[in-house]
Amino acid sequence: MNKNIDVRGLSCPLPVVAVRKELQKIKKGILEVLVDTGTARDNIKRMATNEGWKVEVKEEGDEYLLLISK
Amino acid sequence: MINNSNGWKEFFSSRKNVIFTGIFIGISAAFLQKLGNPPNMGICVACMLRDTAGALGLHRAEVVQYIRPEISGFVLGSLIAALIFKEFKPRAGSAPLVRLVLGFWAMVGSLVFLGCPWRTLLRLAGGDGNALFGLVGLIVGIIIGIFFIKAGYNLGRNERTYPLVGWIMPVVMVVLLLLLIFRPQLPSGAVFFSRQGPGAQHAPIFIALLVALGIGFLAQRTRFCTVAAVRDVILIRDNYLITGVISLWLAAFISNLLLGQFHPGFTGQPIAHSSQLWNFGGMVLAGLAFTLAGGCPGRQLFLTGEGDADAAFFILGMMGGASFAHNFATASSSTGPSPWGPPAVIIGFIVCLIIGFSRSDLGRAKEGEKNE
Repeated sequence: MNKNIDVRGLSCPLPVVAVRKELQKIKKGILEVLVDTGTARDNIKRMATNEGWKVEVKEEGDEYLLLISK
Repeated sequence: MINNSNGWKEFFSSRKNVIFTGIFIGISAAFLQKLGNPPNMGICVACMLRDTAGALGLHRAEVVQYIRPEISGFVLGSLIAALIFKEFKPRAGSAPLVRLVLGFWAMVGSLVFLGCPWRTLLRLAGGDGNALFGLVGLIVGIIIGIFFIKAGYNLGRNERTYPLVGWIMPVVMVVLLLLLIFRPQLPSGAVFFSRQGPGAQHAPIFIALLVALGIGFLAQRTRFCTVAAVRDVILIRDNYLITGVISLWLAAFISNLLLGQFHPGFTGQPIAHSSQLWNFGGMVLAGLAFTLAGGCPGRQLFLTGEGDADAAFFILGMMGGASFAHNFATASSSTGPSPWGPPAVIIGFIVCLIIGFSRSDLGRAKEGEKNE
């Protein structure tokens, strides 16, 4: 079971801060992130990519599932 | 159903586009000034909200009353982008009243300095050295806000809501445009339009509107935000937005040089005062309030266009703050801060600190509340 985190409804910059904190904790593996805005999706993707993680974005209705892995 | 996301949707959020957005805003501001907007105020979200509040009669400062079409343009441009790119997502419920209070004090602070973060950059680009103190204050305010964010600050989650909620502010913006174009004159004197002063200085309506629609569109796509720009560099070492902000300043600076609008100095600067302490202090308050609310006033308008009702409350708070600042004489003038400005800034700062403490782990630990 992958670790997952739900950042829907959180205002900027809390989604990216929460995900970054979790990534620093797990260091390696896969993190699933549920996101509801394009802004949070882009911010998280940019942050994770900058910090050496691979990010896959899937659209689920009008929300997004981010699969972040290293 | 799961679909892979389309790359083109993310195209606009690449770095070159945020740089383009910054350049577009910088050049637009210089040209709107050339076309009639007040000096070093080609675009100022705080001042323009203040002028609009005045036009509606919410304050009685006769020199700053005008319905600024730029405000409507920002919201409607963002709305158009959000609709096209399927990002119009009506949402509400993340402490609207707290956001209203933050907007209120953000405006009080901005009007002690005399400008929002955008105007801070534009004043610098026009040669106004006093804005340096405002810029430092803004950064200090943002750093204090980051302290709370690192301590778990959170106003609570918003929730998706029905479309009606998201359409209210765009409709209000259209009504404002109609009031501007048709200028109804009621026996009360409303709608109020300045005959002199900054409120009487404005670019042609349709040019201003068109430019603002473009800015709103671009900024919605690129998430342009001056406060987040500084915050992200410090908080998550991300320099995406700051490249756009530097581009804005540079483009405005070069445009001002070419248009003969660059006048370096500290004294006699237009719609500015030279109190170093309160240029600084006003923006510490504004920077803190913007950071606690999640973005600069421009960004709050763009979020409003996406259907974010909490951002709309922040904007309404700013209009309330502008009315308070002029009715209760806390706003500065070109001669300096008013006697009531500094105490108002201190009270606002205390209010923002209380919000920061009570909504971070520092305050919640005592309440035994979960970080949700």
